[in-house]
Amino acid sequence: MSDAGPGEILLSVEEVSLSFGGVKAIRDVSFDIKKGEIRAIIGPNGAGKTSMLNVINGFYHPQRGRIAFRGETRPAMKPHEAAAHGIARTFQNVALFKGMSTLDNIMAGRTLRMKRGLFWQALRHGPALAEEIEHRRFCEGIVDFLEIEAIRKTAVGSLPYGLQKRVELGRALAMEPDLLLLDEPMAGMNLEEKEDMCRFILDVNHQFGATIALIEHDMGVVMDLADRVVVMEYGRKIADGTPDEVKRDKSVIDAYLGVAH
Amino acid sequence: MNLLYQLFVDPFVQMAGAPDLLAQTIWEGFVGGVLYALIALGFVLIFKASGVFNFAQGIMMVFAALTLVGLHEKGVPAYLALIATIGVMYLLALGVERVVLRPLVNQPDIILFMATFGLTYFLIGLGELLFGGNPKTMITQELYLPSGSIDLKMLGGTVSLQKIDIAAALIALVMVAGLGLFFQKTRIGRALRAVADDHQAALSVGISLNQIWVVVWFAAGIVALATGVFWGARSEVSFSLQIVALKALPVLILGGLTSIPGAIVGGLIIGIGEKLGEFYWGPIFGGGIDAWLAYFIALAFLLFRPQGLFGERIIERI
Repeated sequence: MSDAGPGEILLSVEEVSLSFGGVKAIRDVSFDIKKGEIRAIIGPNGAGKTSMLNVINGFYHPQRGRIAFRGETRPAMKPHEAAAHGIARTFQNVALFKGMSTLDNIMAGRTLRMKRGLFWQALRHGPALAEEIEHRRFCEGIVDFLEIEAIRKTAVGSLPYGLQKRVELGRALAMEPDLLLLDEPMAGMNLEEKEDMCRFILDVNHQFGATIALIEHDMGVVMDLADRVVVMEYGRKIADGTPDEVKRDKSVIDAYLGVAH
Repeated sequence: MNLLYQLFVDPFVQMAGAPDLLAQTIWEGFVGGVLYALIALGFVLIFKASGVFNFAQGIMMVFAALTLVGLHEKGVPAYLALIATIGVMYLLALGVERVVLRPLVNQPDIILFMATFGLTYFLIGLGELLFGGNPKTMITQELYLPSGSIDLKMLGGTVSLQKIDIAAALIALVMVAGLGLFFQKTRIGRALRAVADDHQAALSVGISLNQIWVVVWFAAGIVALATGVFWGARSEVSFSLQIVALKALPVLILGGLTSIPGAIVGGLIIGIGEKLGEFYWGPIFGGGIDAWLAYFIALAFLLFRPQGLFGERIIERI
């Protein structure tokens, strides 16, 4: 998928600052994501983690700084262009197409890979039909992988939260992304659902070879999953390193436990 | 007692007494209903994709018909004018996306709704500027739409079907069926529904909102053109025609704002109900009941199905 070999830098964030009026959401943050790793972004509420993901996939355009993806520094990019370049994501508050079935939601992730024009689609015949079938097969593979066969035809709005999160992951996987951004994939899940989700994330990383950047609050999960961790607080990066390094970092402990003055 | 008899017995006696007249009334209602359905379809398309109730749909219909006739008046051959009008509707879709929708992304729905009011007045002004404010006659013959009527001998009398009505019904059915399939079964259709559900999520899977909006407004423009041609042929092409579009409101209430089949069934119920009501029950109220009967029918349905006949019930876990 990507030209970069293992261990090479897939995405680098360089001195990015983002503000909304007077509110500085991100201040001069730099870090990189290597190909094939699971990179976690942690930090207290309001630290700017989700803003960071929004910058990476183009929802927000930073006032300063650069983002290089696969070595290419890019100007302000629109979300659908980021998607076209191989960046997929999930959302903190599940953002699924609620009126559509599980399968249709996942098929929506194939949008960019389907090329047949309006004309053939309108006829729903010939090449367009063949294409539809081919992509449908791919999506059934994802459904199997995520073990959601039973809800293929169910409208996702009526599914329990944990399953919705899983469908959302499926939709992102359908894009065959090089970089997968997960915004709190386990928020609001019970222990069993969390364990399932951990397993899926690891499998996605190993089997599909996707590089993953995730935001998560459950420290146990982060320490188990992540290869490297970025810690943010008040829009700044306060630590960066392996889980063990980060765990022992004084500023991180201060940020999470508070400092005695 | 007499009133009850007039309301509940007499109309049915009349219907049974002259079945050919009944068939004629139902046919006329059916044709009217198909045309209502077509207008409603324009609303449904845009509502599905952008969550906006497009107040300008009525004027888009007038504008399309006016462009067609106006171009022909200026000496453009009918079929070229038709193609040019389709082009104009495409440019309109592009313009609306660029000038109205794009700057208003992520604004509350009511703002977008108000913007469509603005669009309405803009199109009225533009239409008058380009083609003048006088009513025009639809160029049915030049477009090779059939005229005259077919008289069927049936039910002990004659039922006469206007050929242009038959053409209208056929074209409407083809459009509706085509759009329905397109929405349900294709990539762009799925993208349209995705955009309707969640803008951000749609963007994140690589759907371009701008492209989708152009497609939808263009489709609504084509629907507006078809409606404009047939409504124009029934009366004349003038700005007052946009009032007809308001008849689509009870149709939408009845069918549900998001459902293409709903627009069709709703249109037929309102169309046929209106004609039957006017013909058989109208005299009791001194006539003119078609002005409010549609709303009355819609209200009656609302009591039992607030989401409309085919509207999506919004299921959400809390």
